[in-house]
Amino acid sequence: MEELLDSVVLEKPVSTPIAGFDVERIREDFPILQTRVHGNPLVYLDNAATSQKPQAVIDAISNYYSGENANIHRGVHYLSELATRKYEETREKVRDLINAKSIREIVFVRGTTEAINLVSSTYGRENIRAGDEIIISNMEHHSNIVPWQLLCESIGAKLKVIPINDDGEIIFDEYLKLLNDKTKLVAVVHTSNSLGTINPVQQIISGAHAHDVPVLLDGAQAVPHQKINVQDLDCDFFAFSSHKFFGPTGVGVLFAKEDLLEKMPPYEGGGEMITSVTFEKTTYNELPHKFEAGTPNIAGVVALGKAIDYVSEIGYENIHRHEVELLKYATEELSSIKSLRLIGTAAKKAPVISFTLDNIHPHDMGTILDRQGIAVRTGHHCTQPVMERFNVPATTRASFAFYNTKEEIDRLVEGIHHGLNLFN
Amino acid sequence: MEDLRELYQEVILDHNRNPKNFKKLENASHTSEGYNPLCGDRINLYLQIEDDRIKDISFVGSGCAISKASSSVMTGELKGKSLAEAKELFKKFQGIITGKTEADLTGLDKLSVFAGVREFPVRVKCAALAWHTMLEAIENGTEAISTE
Repeated sequence: MEELLDSVVLEKPVSTPIAGFDVERIREDFPILQTRVHGNPLVYLDNAATSQKPQAVIDAISNYYSGENANIHRGVHYLSELATRKYEETREKVRDLINAKSIREIVFVRGTTEAINLVSSTYGRENIRAGDEIIISNMEHHSNIVPWQLLCESIGAKLKVIPINDDGEIIFDEYLKLLNDKTKLVAVVHTSNSLGTINPVQQIISGAHAHDVPVLLDGAQAVPHQKINVQDLDCDFFAFSSHKFFGPTGVGVLFAKEDLLEKMPPYEGGGEMITSVTFEKTTYNELPHKFEAGTPNIAGVVALGKAIDYVSEIGYENIHRHEVELLKYATEELSSIKSLRLIGTAAKKAPVISFTLDNIHPHDMGTILDRQGIAVRTGHHCTQPVMERFNVPATTRASFAFYNTKEEIDRLVEGIHHGLNLFN
Repeated sequence: MEDLRELYQEVILDHNRNPKNFKKLENASHTSEGYNPLCGDRINLYLQIEDDRIKDISFVGSGCAISKASSSVMTGELKGKSLAEAKELFKKFQGIITGKTEADLTGLDKLSVFAGVREFPVRVKCAALAWHTMLEAIENGTEAISTE
């Protein structure tokens, strides 16, 4: 099998290099990509679950604990000031990354899931009443369904779902029909983790704003692939995770417009989020600290700063050009397999490909690919309503990052053929 | 690659393609639904039990090759067995798929084809799903169970 793979790799054309973008050099920055799995070089195609980390990010964590560690915002000593500065520098980097107006709009949380829960339990509880409606879409990750369900159940509000078509795109006219005087929030995914669909978020936001309805975007799958400009989008809330963006796990970002954050009650009580506490009254700290109770994941935030530096250095334009090529190549190559059905064929897609195969369950395919060193995701991808919509129990998903190559796509296709042979 | 052949033996692939006892039993006295949320494997098991003996057994459902073949082989093996024998077989089967057994496996050729599963720890649940569902059906009759 290994010999077969080698010969296939040699026969295929080598990727066309993009000026200023050397994928082989970039791969050297990611130590884990040198790993061998079951005797084969690792082909990591599970980037929508979590991305790998460049050495600079890994070093930042180690350096932080080796030479910078202290608690932030309160100490007067050298290390505390250093750690505070590093932590707050990342806040400015995040502001710049998504072009927020002010660092007061950038709240550090544990991840996208916590960001959405924060909005649901503060903004949601304050502004949504019995009989009101929240609009989500059929392609949401469970983390953008369940927090709203919990809120709706406890206050008697209703969840409305935008349907999707057979290509996995939002049916925009149906969305417009759902908007009405009862709508109090629209919460939709920017880029689908299971289908790859990039939603027309600009139009979704305009439509909602015409009804004075704020919009939350789940941006977890968007930020690794494209430049986000929250001011151009005019979105009210935007959430993403560090770990899908080449940074460490346990850190995420909630962006919210300043006037909304000002009016929202705190999420958790504790240290850091207060200005003064007596047993009679507590005065909350200014933004964004009001929403950051307790000692945060300082090392993680500092390392996220390095991930932002790293992506900025490569440049979204280069990332986009390379990933468009990967998606096009992978779609063509996978489509050439007769028994393969693509799930998610939207006109605008991120480099994510979900598929099923006649007669081979995704779970079997996942095991077969794993034994060849190829890491893909199999299952429902935390989007069970999507699986139901396409009437499949699960899919196999290959999701790409800028460090993936066409040669790795060849390995994937070859690996699938091996599974087909095994099962026939 | 050899361990893939070991896992997906021809017998298992045959049962996956053409599962035995793959139907709903109309006169079932005991039923249960098994679900593995990890991969979405789902099985509905039907048993006709008389005098503590499995007179008939069948299943329907969808899932990976391992779970489907395991359901197929299990239903074939359990037909005619007493409930005590069925439980005893489950214990032996668990030993086979986890590799942690000192039990005497002679005469268990049909179940032994699943021995390759032990090299694939995340797949052990797939092989065990049908058996857990069987135990649930015997003990509680109709409630859905999960391997999680």
